[in-house]
Amino acid sequence: MQMPEPNAGVLSRKARIVERLNAVLPGGVIHEEAEVRAYECDALTAYRCPPLAVVLPSTTEEVAAALKVCRAEGVPVVPRGAGTSLAGGSLPTADSVILGVSRMNEVLEVDYDNRFIRVQTGRTNLSVTGAVAEDGFFYAPDPSSQLACAIAGNIAMNSGGAHCLKYGVTTNNLMGVKMVLMDGTVVELGGAHLDAGGLDLLGVVCGSEGQLGVVTEATLRILRQPEGARPVLIGYSSNEVAGACVSDIIKAGVLPVAIEFMDAPCIRATEDFAKAGYPDCEALLIVEVEGSDAEIAEQLDKIKEIASRHDPVELREAKDADEAARIWLGRKSAFGAMGNINDYICLDGTIPVSELPYVLRRIGEMSQEFGLEVANVFHAGDGNMHPLILFNANQPGQLETCEAFGAEILKLCVEVGGCLTGEHGVGVEKRDLMGHQYAPEDLEAQMAVKDVFDPQWLLNPAKVFPLGVTEARRTAALAAE
Amino acid sequence: MRPGSEAELAEMVRQATGPLRVRGGGTRTIGDAGAGAVLETGGLAGVTLHEPGALTLVARPGTPLAEVEKLLDAEGQRLAFEPMDHRGLLGTSGTSTIGGVVAANVSGPRRIQVGACRDFLLGVRFVDGTGAVIKNGGRVMKNVTGYDLVKLLAGSRGTLGVLTEVSLKVLPKPEAVASVLIDGLDDAGAVKALARGLGSPFDVTGAAHLPQGPDGAPVTMLRIEGFAGSVDYRSVQLAALFDSMAVRVERDPQAVATTWAAVRDVAPMQGAAGDVWRISCKPSDAPGLVARLEPRAVVYDWGGGLVWALTSEGTDARARLGAFDGHATRVRGAGTTPVFPPEPGPVAALTRAIRAKFDPRGILAAGLPG
Repeated sequence: MQMPEPNAGVLSRKARIVERLNAVLPGGVIHEEAEVRAYECDALTAYRCPPLAVVLPSTTEEVAAALKVCRAEGVPVVPRGAGTSLAGGSLPTADSVILGVSRMNEVLEVDYDNRFIRVQTGRTNLSVTGAVAEDGFFYAPDPSSQLACAIAGNIAMNSGGAHCLKYGVTTNNLMGVKMVLMDGTVVELGGAHLDAGGLDLLGVVCGSEGQLGVVTEATLRILRQPEGARPVLIGYSSNEVAGACVSDIIKAGVLPVAIEFMDAPCIRATEDFAKAGYPDCEALLIVEVEGSDAEIAEQLDKIKEIASRHDPVELREAKDADEAARIWLGRKSAFGAMGNINDYICLDGTIPVSELPYVLRRIGEMSQEFGLEVANVFHAGDGNMHPLILFNANQPGQLETCEAFGAEILKLCVEVGGCLTGEHGVGVEKRDLMGHQYAPEDLEAQMAVKDVFDPQWLLNPAKVFPLGVTEARRTAALAAE
Repeated sequence: MRPGSEAELAEMVRQATGPLRVRGGGTRTIGDAGAGAVLETGGLAGVTLHEPGALTLVARPGTPLAEVEKLLDAEGQRLAFEPMDHRGLLGTSGTSTIGGVVAANVSGPRRIQVGACRDFLLGVRFVDGTGAVIKNGGRVMKNVTGYDLVKLLAGSRGTLGVLTEVSLKVLPKPEAVASVLIDGLDDAGAVKALARGLGSPFDVTGAAHLPQGPDGAPVTMLRIEGFAGSVDYRSVQLAALFDSMAVRVERDPQAVATTWAAVRDVAPMQGAAGDVWRISCKPSDAPGLVARLEPRAVVYDWGGGLVWALTSEGTDARARLGAFDGHATRVRGAGTTPVFPPEPGPVAALTRAIRAKFDPRGILAAGLPG
């Protein structure tokens, strides 16, 4: 994976740049080599590069001041939430300044009558719910990193989670933002009202991977917690049958909050690790529904009836909270279980639900061709797959083989009518595959939006689009400097 | 001009020497300045894919909305964002198209719970102002691959490009419906009651208030949808929240459908003389805004977050409303004030610059602001 050559001019001016940043952010600048190392990577740990410096502003005004300095100095800026990106969304280059929003984590306003919360974006996902949980409310998007990940990163990547089948992803729950453009302009989009008066700029900012501006405040939709929730576990002797069952549940009008899918390698690994008591079968579904006890029973009856038609090898309903926790135990420890036996990379392609059996079969065949094992655990209701490719990082060449295998799986997702990434984002990880999903003019239209928000291409410039495609824009900005 | 294919459309746009007015069914004429050659999308019609088990539908823009709804209905599905029919309110005729619905981001009462048209739009193909064919998004539920131009196109009213294909998420129709109705509340009390219903765990899918209901008296309405047992349970629980008020439950599906169609299509203002303003605001601000505006009639939807106001002709509603969190659009009537809400400087600058990128010659929907 390639990153642009650092700008020698910027590197040589480090002392001056740090001094100027210090002048506008006293106490908020990190530049010692040993200290900036903490920011050399995010959760895509295979790639690392210490940044030139790190700024940790405490206010929107400080963000604006820092961006103005960077723009004047021609320094690329890499915005960073909590650094949990699996796609390398906040991977620095040696000539870049990391702008971290971690010090901005306050709740600014809670409004139950209008069902929103306004927060600074350094706040973690789970602590947004934490701020309203006592009063019976929650913030719906729940990426699996929700304990650590920041709202800023959720907005940048348009994060999802296990429950978005019912509640939608970040963009469906984001009502407004305050953001700072690269030139220091502060812009407010949306708010406590529900739609845009003109173009839906909020819609394009969400998921723009920190390339359009730095979002410092967010107005988020909060919802009343359901009265209860309960899962059912269904085991099948083949992926095809499990896939057909998912499709039938959806068609029947039941809208579960989650339908999770695990295949045989994943079931066995998690069973060894977590001992959740899962049946030894080829495919497992966990379907969760919400409501009062009677409503849960009504929905589960329908689900059980549909599941039975497909001749399950196991059908286990949680009778109480303890049994529910046991059903979720294996699923929630799936990634840990995999990490316990091997290094792995986690993919994130989405496919039409109807293609599930075919895609799983092809992944199995490719696994043989590449000689690397794959375990599948994913959000089946919306077709968002998470194949985990296992490899040994200590064996030379295996990471490269693993990445090549991963790329083939993602191309397969696109071929069957899906996409490269459902909730993790493109970052650097899938940047060079974008040409498989989009034609040059499609990418040009997206880059035109960045041209408007960040004409110098200084914000997170080496992400999302293939480097060859962005080169002219990135170097034009340097030349004009 | 009536292209029969995407390629033909692209060629027409490339060859165009003056402004173009893109027209679907011509039922939503808001802001149409009437300048330029009409470009009809009726030749680009037809549903190209409907996968009930994946909850997805792909259609060309000129496909009549009624055709889409009929196809979905046969599978027990629907467009959950409940697009309104503007014909009664605007006095237009013709056939509403799916492209028009998307281009205007048209959403009904259920928007408060499930989201707007833009939230159900999975992918688009369009021809921009230079004649380039562009696609974005796709037909899967979760997609964060590159920038979300899908949202940008939803509601762009033809200013960025002419849609040639839309992919939508659809949802199953509910087995049962009910309305919890409260009689006699004033506007402020009604909006508080709606907030209480929306803040309950009972998944309210509609929250509206008519100061003048069908019988002339105020009625406040909350809708519940789902499986029969669940609707029974939730409508009773919801009604119990308002047991100190004059509350009743309507369970007849036909009556419930009629009631909400009237809210969706703003029936109380159809055929009534005067201008109609659509105000998008923070729900709890709505009664205060209405008091400032002093309209002839008003309909509150989205728990108060959407206010339809009937004013005397030529009223500058924005001047009366002053500054607030939201915006006002004049959907019917003439006047010197702009139809669409003016945006703050930096936002307006971004909008203008994006339009200039997608339509450098300024030929698309030239009458619209931005």
